[in-house]
Amino acid sequence: MKALAITGLTKTYKGGVEALKGIDLCVEEGDFYALLGPNGAGKSTTIGIISSLVNKTQGKVEVFGFDLDTQLMQAKQQIGLVPQEFNFNQFETVLQVVVNQAGYYGVPRQEALKRAEKYLTQLELWHKRNEKSRELSGGMKRRLMIARALMHRPKLLILDEPTAGVDIELRRSMWDFLQQLNQDGVTIILTTHYLEEAEMLCRNIGIINHGVIIQDTSMKDLLSKLNVETFILDLVANDQNYQLQGFEFRIIDEHTLEVDVQRGCVLNGLFEQLTQQGIEVLSMRNKANRLEELFIGLVEQSR
Amino acid sequence: MSSLYYIALKSLVTKEINRFTRIWLQTLVPPAITMSLYFVIFGNLIGSRIGQMSGFSYMEFIVPGLIMMSVITNSYSNVASSFFSSKFQHNVEELLVAPVPTWIIIAGYVGGGVARGLIVGTIVTCLSLFFVDLQIFNLAVLIVSVLLTSILFSLGGLINAVLAKTFDDISIIPNFVLTPLTYLGGVFYSLTLLPDFWQTVSKVNPIVYMINTFRYGFLGVTDIPLIYSFSMIIGFVVLLYSLAHWMISRGIGLRT
Repeated sequence: MKALAITGLTKTYKGGVEALKGIDLCVEEGDFYALLGPNGAGKSTTIGIISSLVNKTQGKVEVFGFDLDTQLMQAKQQIGLVPQEFNFNQFETVLQVVVNQAGYYGVPRQEALKRAEKYLTQLELWHKRNEKSRELSGGMKRRLMIARALMHRPKLLILDEPTAGVDIELRRSMWDFLQQLNQDGVTIILTTHYLEEAEMLCRNIGIINHGVIIQDTSMKDLLSKLNVETFILDLVANDQNYQLQGFEFRIIDEHTLEVDVQRGCVLNGLFEQLTQQGIEVLSMRNKANRLEELFIGLVEQSR
Repeated sequence: MSSLYYIALKSLVTKEINRFTRIWLQTLVPPAITMSLYFVIFGNLIGSRIGQMSGFSYMEFIVPGLIMMSVITNSYSNVASSFFSSKFQHNVEELLVAPVPTWIIIAGYVGGGVARGLIVGTIVTCLSLFFVDLQIFNLAVLIVSVLLTSILFSLGGLINAVLAKTFDDISIIPNFVLTPLTYLGGVFYSLTLLPDFWQTVSKVNPIVYMINTFRYGFLGVTDIPLIYSFSMIIGFVVLLYSLAHWMISRGIGLRT
């Protein structure tokens, strides 16, 4: 079953700005889908239309088979939204924020309180339940938005940059939480500027630029398109002038070497040559995230 | 589905009531103080020199109008400020993404406005008992008129908030439209005191009908036939509800 099916979606704002130019998009049930694109590409407009916060100009959107034009209430019931900006009432307590939201979806108060305890505990906010939401830290506010979106047990969870401004430790715990949710059957659509996040979490990916989908494929297929990877090698100090046959490389300083490696090329040869020349390698890492390299390339091409 | 809507409506009304009771010092106390001053100055000090109006002491005559005035301003400002704050902070999006039909959104906010209007009206009525021995002539007329008026002005506040883009926009209507209409709506005088021309002009003012029906509920006197007044109030309620429903359904001021 398709969790989300978008056909010929267009959006032209009042000033004449064409934010979406007839996009088609399909997300299968159970998927963890990344919707990526540079700022102003049309990601938030797409999410806004799916979640009824933006009026579409043309096109069709179906959520779990429910048409947004004719079965809006049923479609809304399937969706949980975590928007980019904090949009809860800052003067309400954490518990009020989540319980009120559950009420709007018809969840009785007693049941809402049970769910609130479950999700706030999972997201480490239960001890803050009676505090005003404006008093929470940025990371806690992000988690509160996730807890709020889950209160009616949506089948499709849309996360618009959920980890923006969150420290790495917290981000990783949120990744674990989202992966668990996805394993429990929740379809997730994620937009993010942290491409390692998309690479780590998502199975499929759509890239949007200038209101057009320029890539809609599986993460595996997309990453397989990467022809060259650049590695940074940290070396024991070495000021000798060395050569590497079969590799393009740049000596950055006496401690650092950058090497471009073609896809399918075996790395053993690189290390053999370095060992023969008495160069010791302390560590090695990708210069950029693989998805980031592809993303930049694709966006450049679409200009 | 009806149970879903009932829970959604209850959640929204409860949230609205919690909002204005949480800030009771800003919402419930000021009208009580203002109306007490009206009772002392206009009722006691000046009123004692005016004599009778429509067969009642001046204080007895103005009390229903003052109660109604507090109901009107509080119902209006509650919904206007609450809905606009929700828009401003973007938490109205909580409602827009949820499967809540437009009529529930309207009913929820209007419910909050009516609740505040009635609580403030009750407080002012209780305060008036220190100044005048209030009699009730027709309880049914009293209840229906205060309820309809409160609904009407809550709807007005909602429309104002939907259209407002800044906080200034939600104070323009109360300051430049509502207050003059209320003062010219017969709170402090009987329409029969006006020349014929101004009596006719006054009948364009919807607040005249509300104050007259409410005063009838207390005193049993009115400048305008009840059936005519109720028809006008109900007509305005239907008109404003339809307008609010159309605007929110279309997403005017709410969706891009």
